[in-house]
Amino acid sequence: MRIPLAALIGLFFTGLFFAVAIFAPFIAPYGMAEVVGDVWEAPSDRFLLGTDSIGRDLLSRMIYGGQTTIFIATAATALSFITGSVLGFFAAVSGGWVDQAISRFVDLIMSIPSLIFALVVLSVMPTTITILIVLMGLLDSTRVYRLARAVAVDITVMDYVEAARLRGEKIGWIIFRETLPNALSPLVAEMGLRFIFAVLFVSTLSFLGLGVQPPQADWGGIVKENKEGINYGVSAALYPAYAIAVLCISINLVADWILNRTTSLKGGRG
Amino acid sequence: MTDVLLKVRGLKIGATIYPPGEKSREIEIVHGVDFDLAPGKVLGLIGESGAGKSTIGLASMAYGRGGVEITGGTVEVNGRDILSSGLRDVRRLRGAEVTYVSQSAAASFNPAKQIMEQVTEAAIFQNKFSKKEAEERAVELFRKLGLPDPENIGSRYPHQVSGGQLQRCMTALALCPQPDLVVFDEPTTALDVTTQIDVLAAIKEAIHDTGVAALYITHDLAVVAQVSDHIMVLQQGAMVEYGTTDQIINAPKEEYTKALVSVRSIDHEEKQPTDTPVLKVENITARYKGTDFDVLKNISVELHPGQTLAVVGESGSGKSTLARVITGLLPPSQGKITFDGRELTPDLPTRPLEDLRELQMIYQMADTAMNPRQTVGTIIGRPLEFYFGLKGAEKQKRIQELLDEIELGDGFQDRYPAELSGGQKQRVCIARALAAKPKLIICDEVTSALDPLVADGILKLLLNLQKIEDVAYLFITHDLATVRAIADSIAVMFQGEVVRYGPKSQVLSPPFDDYTDLLLSSVPEMKLGWLEDVIANRKMESAGN
Repeated sequence: MRIPLAALIGLFFTGLFFAVAIFAPFIAPYGMAEVVGDVWEAPSDRFLLGTDSIGRDLLSRMIYGGQTTIFIATAATALSFITGSVLGFFAAVSGGWVDQAISRFVDLIMSIPSLIFALVVLSVMPTTITILIVLMGLLDSTRVYRLARAVAVDITVMDYVEAARLRGEKIGWIIFRETLPNALSPLVAEMGLRFIFAVLFVSTLSFLGLGVQPPQADWGGIVKENKEGINYGVSAALYPAYAIAVLCISINLVADWILNRTTSLKGGRG
Repeated sequence: MTDVLLKVRGLKIGATIYPPGEKSREIEIVHGVDFDLAPGKVLGLIGESGAGKSTIGLASMAYGRGGVEITGGTVEVNGRDILSSGLRDVRRLRGAEVTYVSQSAAASFNPAKQIMEQVTEAAIFQNKFSKKEAEERAVELFRKLGLPDPENIGSRYPHQVSGGQLQRCMTALALCPQPDLVVFDEPTTALDVTTQIDVLAAIKEAIHDTGVAALYITHDLAVVAQVSDHIMVLQQGAMVEYGTTDQIINAPKEEYTKALVSVRSIDHEEKQPTDTPVLKVENITARYKGTDFDVLKNISVELHPGQTLAVVGESGSGKSTLARVITGLLPPSQGKITFDGRELTPDLPTRPLEDLRELQMIYQMADTAMNPRQTVGTIIGRPLEFYFGLKGAEKQKRIQELLDEIELGDGFQDRYPAELSGGQKQRVCIARALAAKPKLIICDEVTSALDPLVADGILKLLLNLQKIEDVAYLFITHDLATVRAIADSIAVMFQGEVVRYGPKSQVLSPPFDDYTDLLLSSVPEMKLGWLEDVIANRKMESAGN
């Protein structure tokens, strides 16, 4: 098996990001909330990326911020995929009024812009990381539900699903053994995209002040804290943007490669 | 004018394959084929799927389908080598000197354009005729091909004509630019037998009247025998035998040709009905949800243990719907079904597991009937686990027994469906049904997607298994040759009704009702002049009426 160059690059950077996130306390040169220098110092040997608006080391903030952002995004994506795809498959396999009830409810949720929905919920609930994850996961699961249902509806009309029904199989077998393996390719491709949306979403919330609360660092929060610096030519607020862009591209390179590999199994669905 | 229109020498065609997990590599799919075709003659190319017949047909237009490349040899049309000429010359050739009729007219016509526009397009584009001339020609061809209302049919859209009519429109499309050669690629394969005979007669007459030469590609020797002057038998990209139609049909030299000629000559002794039927369908009427049209009207049939009831009919006659009603997928609006002495509940979810186990189903498309992500072992093993609770070594042993029974043997358990041939796939589906130890298996067109020789093997296997396991078959098919080979009793269906029902010997012997007569006389026979005889007979009868 040969891994194409694009996928290798993607794997390398994705791996790098996750490794840095996991081992943040060992890699970061200073503490997360430690004030170690002047306000907005330029990059130097001591502070590789310079310092932030109150003199904390920006590199350390980025590393800890990456940990928070990636953790929240990963957990939220996992939650949205589990809820969304199980519900989507369930609706497709059941059909009839079950499908109608779930689908219309999902339509209802989707008709409310998710950022506004999240802002309303977060303004009345305490903004803890758990609440953030659950909220983002459930909001995003409506999108996953749509995809999973659409893919599964195509699969449930196949003869092998009918054969399983005629055999008397329970709905669990039909969802997890007949439908899921054949729906995996489009779902994996979607997962790459959804993860990035989750990163952007949590960053947006933090930027608006309703996400991760200080002194906890996250990429959106770093932009917020340093946005004034742009007026003085300080590029501190741009680093999180670079980080998000690189993570986004590399994750999708990996997702594309997985998609190609799984569909090239003959008989697999596109 | 040369006396050879199409001259093919040493034609080699290669393709790139991409086996999963391995490097892609080149394989040769046609290994040096030679033939000549004189103007106005018809050459039949015959072989099973994968024999390379369509590929050769397309190569005579200097075209290779996606991933396919012409790697060697020469193809000359009217004395010009078309393989070495540039794209510009090839474009001048296609649609002017050589045209093409594909298997599925429904998929080949643009649904958004009127038929006339599409039929005349090539002729006008190639500057062979003006728009007016081309349209006159098209109407003339519509008339010649026996299409209804030839003056106005061109203004219809493809969905407004039937499948058989559309196939004839496609033939008109191919003949409109007055080509020297037409490549017919399985033009009647997707049609019902009663429609096939009309299209076949129309094509034959059109070829004869216009003096065009044709390559006629098909897997059905009986069909090609009716239209061609010469036949070339292909197997796996190489020529097996070439000769006049008369010689190939009546005096085949090669073993493979002999097998093709004698296909479907399985003889099956009819069994006598027993006292208690295993399946009794009484006065079933059914319609699909949200429609007010009865797809099945008052159907009553019986099936006895260890026997086969063949349900015959054209597409749309309701035969597959009958299967859906019996399996419980479509609850009937009236009537009842008795299975093995007990009445079946109308819908699937309320049926006890025992009923589900004893009533199994085999599908037409083995490809979609097996989960592509499960191994053969899982597919066959699941019913064993599900109905009998078999596990571990015991299950493995039973799977192997079943594989032996369907004549597949060792090494198949870990394969995925994609790694099996069409016939092997259908065999695995049979094993899955057998694993449940059923009393009745519903076979829905199980052989129609297979090559004749492979289909023969499947039928023999089914008959053999019936002897061993004493299982009854409800055999749904449109193919009367299959019915002869396997049935004990027959129900002929037409527009949702059973028009003729009884033991095989009785159903297949005169006096016939009109529909059964039409159906029976439409099945192509492996003899020269059959088509003319049937057409002449029908004309005589209609004149007599």
